[in-house]
Amino acid sequence: MSGELLRVEGIGKRFGGFVALEGITVSFAAGQLTSIIGPNGAGKSTFFNILSGALAPTSGRLHFRGRELNGLPQHRFVHQGISRSYQITNIFPDLSVHENVRVAAQALTVSYDIWRNRARLTELNARADAALDAVGLLGARGELAKFLSHGQQRALEIAIALVSEPELLLLDEPTAGMGPEETKDMVGLLERLADKRTVLLVEHKMKMVLGLSKRVVVLHHGRLLADGAPDEIRSNPEVRRVYLGQSEGYG
Amino acid sequence: MSPSSDEAVAKPSSSGLGWLLEQRVLLSIAVLAVLPWLLPSQALAVNVLIYGVVVMGYNLLFGYTGLLSFGQAAFFGAGAYFTGIAIGRYGVPWFAAVPIAVLLSTCLAAAIGIVSTRTRGIYFSMVTLALAQLVYYVALQASSFTGGENGLRGFTVDRINLFGFPVNFLDPVNKYYVLMAFAALAMWFQSRILNSPFGAVIEAIRENEQRARACGYDVERSKLIVFMLSGAISSLGGCMLALHLSIVPLDLLHYQTSGMIVMMVLLGGARSFFGPFVGAASFLILEDAISLWTPHWQIFVGAIFVLFVLFLPKGIWGTLLDAIGIGKARP
Repeated sequence: MSGELLRVEGIGKRFGGFVALEGITVSFAAGQLTSIIGPNGAGKSTFFNILSGALAPTSGRLHFRGRELNGLPQHRFVHQGISRSYQITNIFPDLSVHENVRVAAQALTVSYDIWRNRARLTELNARADAALDAVGLLGARGELAKFLSHGQQRALEIAIALVSEPELLLLDEPTAGMGPEETKDMVGLLERLADKRTVLLVEHKMKMVLGLSKRVVVLHHGRLLADGAPDEIRSNPEVRRVYLGQSEGYG
Repeated sequence: MSPSSDEAVAKPSSSGLGWLLEQRVLLSIAVLAVLPWLLPSQALAVNVLIYGVVVMGYNLLFGYTGLLSFGQAAFFGAGAYFTGIAIGRYGVPWFAAVPIAVLLSTCLAAAIGIVSTRTRGIYFSMVTLALAQLVYYVALQASSFTGGENGLRGFTVDRINLFGFPVNFLDPVNKYYVLMAFAALAMWFQSRILNSPFGAVIEAIRENEQRARACGYDVERSKLIVFMLSGAISSLGGCMLALHLSIVPLDLLHYQTSGMIVMMVLLGGARSFFGPFVGAASFLILEDAISLWTPHWQIFVGAIFVLFVLFLPKGIWGTLLDAIGIGKARP
């Protein structure tokens, strides 16, 4: 493992009187796939929203590649190298599949250029196609995104996140709402991604998580409950009590 | 537009039709060039030209970015007033008055945009409406500058000098083609914006603001930029109106004008390049035709508008393009 990429120090988030996260301290090394699991309401989504800048934490600090991220607006997170997908499909429905990815690719370079013809920015087009190819959607590049199947839309979302060449890829339940076939394809895609990138994955499907990840972080009631290799997590009595026991056989 | 430009990359279109459709600016200019002979009167053609430019600027904001502003009349009126004041009060030659007026109107758009683009949805619409009404009342009160209720007068442009050639600007044909040159400039500019990377950003914001932000776009800043660009183009329509009428009626700034701009873009087809001109033409023709036999023409135009919203949400031009199968190219 090549050093620490992201360090989370005592992150907490309150919504009024409700404590969604408290005192999360954890660090992620570059180049591995880590899953974040926990029962519903454990604070996984809040944690993700903080890591991607959509929410500001009420306490604690984020260090990414040695730089502090606190106070940075959400749109700057991508420029730092953190990119994400959403639990509920979040694409540009009325744009073509290719344009969905191309527009994400240009965010890092030519956002406010009102003069050049974007069709001539061939490097961006090529990068968009490469990202589509990586998720197996190159064949559908000309279609409107809204006409893709659910599984394809999930893959498109990953291509949108991938095209910025993020150092850290945050995937929020990429297999949500998928059937077994689509899930299998997605797992294949995740395995390929995990070879080359640092990925944080929020997932519900336990078998899949334990098979894919090098490391699993368990949240419960907004706190860090356990952190370790899949085997350790599987045999951790606390985790079994709050999570695995109640969803035995799930996924 | 995005889909057409994508396809141009994927498989360079060799067909004549494909090439022609990409020349949307030239095609639009060609149609406008023969417009005075297609419409029942010259006066109507000039109005189509002027309102077409105003509505086209508005389409950038409403059609392409998805921001429903009810205050576009502020920039239409500002363009006209600034042109008139520059010529009449400060003796600025007409060809300099136009860029000055556009620049000042763009500053006004920046001021209104800074406040309004921080809000969303219905709040955005209401803030733009309120600020535009503020502009209306300023024009009403500052009568020493604007002529107040009577409108702005006394800046007739009757003879202009085009590259050494004196042109009688009172001749309707000359006037039409001089103003058409402005419309052509506006169309070329708008087409460039739509083809640019920024043109993709505004469409992404319309499609999914949250995702656009997560992709790394400063959504608020982009909205402000497009608000200013939209105001600039619409204000050019105001400059054209001032040159055309030699007066600026106060009504231009009224919220009814903003409402008319919204109706025109929906009639013609939001999100299409030439739709605004079709919308302006249909609205003005309807107004012309129906007001001949009843002073209550607005009732009928309103009813037709409701039918359009219900049954032809893409407007006349948008529906036509879909029907002949080039809806994706959207010229």
